[in-house]
Amino acid sequence: MNPQKELPISGEFPPSSGGMTGRQMFNAFLMLTVREVLRFGRIWVQTILPPMIMTSLYFVVFGHLIGPRVGEIDGVPYINYLVPGLILMSVITQSYANVVSSFYGAKFARHVEELLVSPMPHWLIILGYLAGGVARGLSVGAAVTVVALFFADLQVYDVLALLLVALLTSILFSLGGMINAIYASSFDHISIVPTFVLTPLTYLGGVFYSIHMLPPFWQQVSLFNPILYIINGFRYAMLGISDVPVYTTYLILVVTIVILFAYTLRLFRKGIGMRG
Amino acid sequence: MTPAVEIHNLTKTYAGGAEALKGIDLTIEPGDFFALLGPNGAGKSTTIGVLCSLVNKTSGVVKVFGHDLDQERNWVKMQIGIVPQEFNFNQFEPVEEVVINQGGFYGLTRKKARERSDHLLKQLGLWEKRKAMSRQLSGGMKRRLMIARALVHEPRLLILDEPTAGVDIELRRGMWQFLTEINAAGTTIILTTHYLEEAEQLCRNIAIINEGRIIENTNMRRLLDTVAQETFVLYCDAPVASLPILPALDARLTESDVIEVVLSKDQSLSEVFDVLRGHGIEVKRMKNKNNRLEELFLKLVQNSTERTA
Repeated sequence: MNPQKELPISGEFPPSSGGMTGRQMFNAFLMLTVREVLRFGRIWVQTILPPMIMTSLYFVVFGHLIGPRVGEIDGVPYINYLVPGLILMSVITQSYANVVSSFYGAKFARHVEELLVSPMPHWLIILGYLAGGVARGLSVGAAVTVVALFFADLQVYDVLALLLVALLTSILFSLGGMINAIYASSFDHISIVPTFVLTPLTYLGGVFYSIHMLPPFWQQVSLFNPILYIINGFRYAMLGISDVPVYTTYLILVVTIVILFAYTLRLFRKGIGMRG
Repeated sequence: MTPAVEIHNLTKTYAGGAEALKGIDLTIEPGDFFALLGPNGAGKSTTIGVLCSLVNKTSGVVKVFGHDLDQERNWVKMQIGIVPQEFNFNQFEPVEEVVINQGGFYGLTRKKARERSDHLLKQLGLWEKRKAMSRQLSGGMKRRLMIARALVHEPRLLILDEPTAGVDIELRRGMWQFLTEINAAGTTIILTTHYLEEAEQLCRNIAIINEGRIIENTNMRRLLDTVAQETFVLYCDAPVASLPILPALDARLTESDVIEVVLSKDQSLSEVFDVLRGHGIEVKRMKNKNNRLEELFLKLVQNSTERTA
């Protein structure tokens, strides 16, 4: 060890200054986002590839083998009808999985403390993790879209709506992953919600069918599934058809994001699952 | 001068009802090298946790360089670098990324963080390992990595929670020298350690905490001066058949050629040597049986525990 006198005391932050400046916050956000993106990028065989293979299988089995027997739904060939749901399903599961595994991993290995002792405001830490979740959700969504090109005729009815719904969806489910990770105290806890809540709601949310194909009772039950509105909003952006009014998609996404963000912030402030 | 740390009536009761801190008052001057000692579970790590915002306090006031932790938490965080007891970095990140990321979390640009990381990794002897995965480092290297990470944002207050645990003696001395230099350059340091020799060597002031209360808070030299008795182990050049009666000396033969002698503050070792020489016993070498601070520490903790029992 070779201590040198130039090592230095607090040149960067004069004692009279407040918390972080805007520029410092931006640097911190960028550093956390890049770290999160590199994390899932390094393990792309576990993060990017599996959903691409899974989607290919869905297209082969449901699109090519079963699809021709189903025919058309709302005037759209079944394989084309599947595309929006499968893309958005990937966005949902991957953005959720990214944040839940990354944040719980940081808690488990205690390197979340690197962030908790830093002067980053809580909202900025949350945004950094959300950025990582959004990046993975949208990357996988884009990769699945490329896979879809090999199987179906891609259509885009409203490109702006398409991007907006995908973005809001990835933010929403990243927040969900964050809350799950905050409460989790074992690796079991981070798989319970995806397995027993997220997957059933997604599969029953109209990825593979229109709710008009269901008996009236189950149509009404389906309307309580928030994922139905999100998938239909995305389907509208791609195909111009939807089972529900499109404004409800944005309403549900925006309101839920605001509520979950405020809730996550509260959990951080109280230190739930993070501070003694 | 504004104290580096002011703690008033700090209490912490954990969810299960365990009272870790029962009203701590502590003042640490800027530029100090301060030892916070105590047995396991005494409240050292909780105190440090509160200072670093890793533990929510139950009540009390904590100020760092005059700024209230509750009012200006993020400002306070900027001033502190922490080296925790447990390894708490991402073991799957390369060494330099651990340091650079932390610089970023304190608002540094990647370029600036890399410059400082390079500088610190060189200083701490980790330069050759900068590209290695941090999990591949030895225990001593991991400790040094945490020191580099804690210093990357140039904190004014460095908190070291057992920084040399598991580090071999040569490296430990290197780290002592490094920390002394950092302190000489103006950084206030708080050190907790189980190596009392380390605290005695490095620290100017000391607080001893036991069962959530500060039981001693004073200057290190003044504290050591209160040691009433010291035990020395004397190794003789030949076996001693039986120990002669030595008036006014509390001595006993522990092995055939080893004598233990307890001296009070007003007795000198040369008197002891003279007396022994008079009986034909020559002392070849000697050592302190216990570290002075260790003796005091044990006594203070024992007294405090007996009082509260």
